[in-house]
Order: sequence, then C-alpha cells, then structure tokens
Amino acid sequence: MNETSLNISIREVTKKYDQFYALKDVSLEIKSGEFMTLLGPSGSGKTTLLMVLAGFTNPDYGSVKFGDEEVILKPPHLRGIGMVFQNYALFPHMTVEQNVGYPQKLRGVSAAETKRSVEEALNTVKLEGLGHRGINELSGGQRQRVALARAIVFKPKILLMDEPLSALDKKLREEMQIELRQLHDTLNMTTVYVTHDQKEALTMSDRITVINHGELMQLGTPNEIYEHPNNHFIADFIGESSLLPVAIRDGKASLNGEKIVMAEKAEKDGDYLLVVRPEKAFLADKKVKGSNYFSGKLIDSIFQGESQLLVVKLNSNDDGQEVRVRVPNESVTQKALPEVGQTVSIGLKVADSYVVS
Amino acid sequence: MTIVEAEKLNQKGLQKVAANERFTFFGLTLPYLIMVTALIVIPVGWLFYLSFIGRDGSFSFENYERMMKSKAYIRIFITTFKISILTTIICAAIGYPLAYFMSQLSRKWANICMIGVLIPFWTSLLVRTYAWLVLLQKKGLLNNMAIEMGLITEPIKIVHNTTGTLIGMVHIMLPFLILPLYANMRSIDKDTLKAASSLGATPTRAFWTVFFPLSLPGLLAGLLIVFVLCLGFYVTPAILGGGRVIMAAMKISSNIELYFSWGAASALGVVLLVVTGIILFIASKLVSMDQLGNR
Repeated sequence: MNETSLNISIREVTKKYDQFYALKDVSLEIKSGEFMTLLGPSGSGKTTLLMVLAGFTNPDYGSVKFGDEEVILKPPHLRGIGMVFQNYALFPHMTVEQNVGYPQKLRGVSAAETKRSVEEALNTVKLEGLGHRGINELSGGQRQRVALARAIVFKPKILLMDEPLSALDKKLREEMQIELRQLHDTLNMTTVYVTHDQKEALTMSDRITVINHGELMQLGTPNEIYEHPNNHFIADFIGESSLLPVAIRDGKASLNGEKIVMAEKAEKDGDYLLVVRPEKAFLADKKVKGSNYFSGKLIDSIFQGESQLLVVKLNSNDDGQEVRVRVPNESVTQKALPEVGQTVSIGLKVADSYVVS
Repeated sequence: MTIVEAEKLNQKGLQKVAANERFTFFGLTLPYLIMVTALIVIPVGWLFYLSFIGRDGSFSFENYERMMKSKAYIRIFITTFKISILTTIICAAIGYPLAYFMSQLSRKWANICMIGVLIPFWTSLLVRTYAWLVLLQKKGLLNNMAIEMGLITEPIKIVHNTTGTLIGMVHIMLPFLILPLYANMRSIDKDTLKAASSLGATPTRAFWTVFFPLSLPGLLAGLLIVFVLCLGFYVTPAILGGGRVIMAAMKISSNIELYFSWGAASALGVVLLVVTGIILFIASKLVSMDQLGNR
C-alpha cells in the first residue's frame, strides 16, 4: 500500500437474480497500483462486479475491502473512487471546467485550488485550454478525456472504468489504450478496467481476470492468459484460435487417428481440444522434426494488410474442421502463397502444441 | 471570350427531381395551411378588426379604453392571472414529484402509472368538472363523510369559490404538466446521477446539482402549457366558481351572449391573445421551442 493507491480485496461476492447468478462466489485480490482488467463477453457479470466495487449494486453477500476497510455497506458517495462510465455520463448543463471541478466543489476545496487542480487534470488528459467549452461542442474522444479528468481530479486511490473506449472508432481507441496505460503509470492509482475487447485487455493490463457466467475463469498476466488458457472458452475468447478435437489414449494424443506430439504430457486420458493460433501455424514445404503437420485444402485466402489469412480445411477431418493460418506480409512470402483449391501442409511446432479441456 | 457552360451529366434531370421533392413537401402541408388560414388567421384578423369598432359602428378605441378604466375588467384580469398562477404552481408541486417517481420506475411500471395520468386526461372535461361538483358541494360526498366521521359539524364551503375552481383546474391541467416533464426526465441519462454520486455527491446534492437542472426544460415547458391554457379557461371556473370566480374567457362569453357586444368581447380576446403571445415569446427565449412538444 502507498499514498496514491489502495489494494482491493473481494471475497465470496455473490449476486443472484431469480434463478441466475450474475456473480457466483467471486474472490479476487487486486494489488495496490495494479492495472486489473475484468474481461468477459456481455452478460458475463464483469460490469456487475465493477458496480459492486462502486457501490451501485449490492451483492447478496460477500465482502469488498479497500485497503483494510470494509466498504460493502458504504454508499457510493463515501467510497472515494474515481469512475469513468461507458457513455461518459458528463453533465451536459455544465462546461468542461465545471464538470471537472464538480468533485472538488463537493469536497469544499477552495476556488483557487479547484482552478489549479482542474487545470492540472485537463493538462494530464491533454485538453488544456478547452475548459470553457460546453459538453456538446466536444468530439467523442474529447468527452472521453473530460470524463477521465473528472474522475482523477480529486486524486482517488482507486479508478474504475466501465468500457470507456467502446464508443470510439478503432484508431482513436488504440491510441487511447496506450494513453490510458501511460496515465495509469504516471498517477499510479489502482485501476479496475472492464472490457469485452480481448485485444484491449492484452494491451493495457498488468493482470487480466476472465469472467464468464458470473464466475472467475482465469486470472493471470496477459501473457499467461494468451499462452496458457485454462479451458477452451478462454482459448476461443482470447485471440483468434482454431480448436481441433484431440483424443488422448494411454497418454498418446491423436487427431483423427494421426499421432501428434504435445508440448506437455496430458495428465489424464480423454477428449481435448488442440489450440491452433493462426500466427503460430505456418505453411510447410517439407516436414522437419519438432513440429506437427496437418494437410488440407486451401479454401480461402484473405488479404488483411499486414498479413494474409489462409483458411484451410483439413483432409483428415470428417466434419471439415477449419484451421486458420496467418502469414505475415513480407514480399517473399506474398509471392509464394498457394492458390485457393491447392492442397497445403500446415505445421505447428511441438512447443506451441497444447490442448485444453 | 465567353465560356459556355455545358450541361453536366444529368444536371437538368436531377434539378427536376429536387423540384418535384419540394413540391411534394409543400403539397403535404397544404391541407394544414388551408385550415390554419380559414380557422385561425381570418377569424383572428376579424377579431382584431371588430375590437376597433365602437358602438356607433365607426373606428374607435372605446373598447380598449373601457377595459383600462373599468374596475370590473381590471378585477377580471387580476382573477385570471391569480387563478392561472396558483393552478400552475400547485400543478408543479404535485406533478414534479410524480413525474420524478415515474421516471425512476421501470418502463413497464411507468407505463401503468402513465395510464393513471392519461385516463382522466381522456375523460370529458365537462364530466370531470361535474364530478368535482358532486364531490365537493355542501351536501356532497366529501362534506357528508367528514361530518359522519365527526371531523366537522357544519359542511365546509369548498366549491363555488376560488378553492373549488383551483381543485378542478389543477386536476384537469396536471397531465399537461406531467407529460412534457416526464418525457424530459426519461431522457436524462441515469448514469449522470451515478457519476455525481461516485464523485462524492450525496443523493440530495446529486438531485439538486444534476437532475433538477437537467429537468428544467421539461418543467418550464409544462409550466408554460398549463399557464397559457389556464389564461383562456372557461368551463371549469364557470361551473366550480359558481359565478364568484370570473375569468377573462367567461367575460368574453357574457359580453356576447348577454350584451351582444362583439367589440368589447373582441378587445378582451385580443388582449388575452397578446398577453399569451408575450409570455410564449419570453419563454421561447428561456427554452427552445422544440422542447414544448413531447420529444
């Protein structure tokens, strides 16, 4: 714990609506100063968890501690958190300055100090000089920044963000992801960020919590989550992947009868799914040791700028399982690309071959 | 050397399409334009003309002069404004909390409440006014009940006076306040209140600094509609006022029906129209006109 941030300790938080659990026994430790992303599809409970932290949703039971202090019974206005909403929730009847100064006014901060802190916050989000503008005169990106300035002006120790970038166009969103991350590193407050965009989560977070059906599925660094997904839901949700059915009998793995070599031995026999990331699969001219190979017919070849996406239908597979292969756009590889309809051989290094249940 | 502009690709044809579109739009507004001209512009013009015709049939200001001098007329104007202002204030005091409550409900329950607001709104004005008479009169339901319960010994006079008029008018005007106000409150982003609260505002503080200012356009629109409708109200004050509450519209009617004085009636109508116009003008400076309708 330090002066600018607080750790958050969530224990057994449960919220049930009729027959369905929005949150089911969720326990999570968020470190002080950490950028934690709650990632999940819509309806997974990630926003509900954020609302529990903010105090807008009361769980059926469970505990939420900021530092050593239990806050679950505290109303939102006493929790001292900064929050950025999905649609910004700016006050349309106030100017930029008044919006950002609002929390300071509530705290009885002097006019001079408010002015100084508002200017500082606006500088931080690169909106200097726009203080007198009305909210309706701002672009989406600028509104986003005002919402951010308003949430950090009183230097909260915890910052909550609910899909703050979802309304922005792709390019601006990607810029803001990096800016938000830099801002977090400068201000060093504990940040809890909700998103359904896995790429955003990978880009920004110290750690990611994947949530589905109100339950925690996996907690880890972006690298751990991407490279070692716990189950097929995460393997499918994070990044692009093709999941191929693999049977493991007597510790030996096979894909539709053909033997494949895994990076790690499976603990138990059973049916698993092989995770093939498009960027890890490659086109193979000749077979060398240390890789698994699958042959199939190229059914689609899509130019995507920085890479070419190849869709291959496996020969050995009865239900026509498709594998995607991403070939980086280098002048040499582009020329050598196979034609649609050709039979191709796809390689996957043993080190990259792992299964999920 | 002059350059002759050659016709660009399809230029003439596209111009014709644009002209056709304009013509269609004009055509669609035509029935309404005719109606407004026939039923409003011409009669109002005629009204203006009549108000400047004296008893001897020549042009004069006598109708207006009489209005300025006569104590009776001044009293009528005072009554009209007093009743209108009081009705508007009471409507706001009752309607604002109700509209707020409805705006916080789920759509389903809000619609059920809305039916409660609209059913009286759809019932005939006359029926509702007489119903109030039945309820409020000396041997009416309310007095009888109060006497039987021992709350009072003598019936109280709550109708055929200002009180009765106000009760009836508030009841009739309330939906006109609630409808625009509710529409406005619904459009307020609930997250702004959450934001205020996360930033440290108590619920009361959040209401007064965020919700109330954002509901002002709807409130002003509602107040304005109620006030303007009250100024020209006739039926309810005539029945529930029992002849003791005389508003401008009633005087217009009696001028025509009793005294056949079209000039005096017209002058009164013109004054009412001008006052209403001025109020609308001032209000339009405060709220943009498109907020007067339900958005």
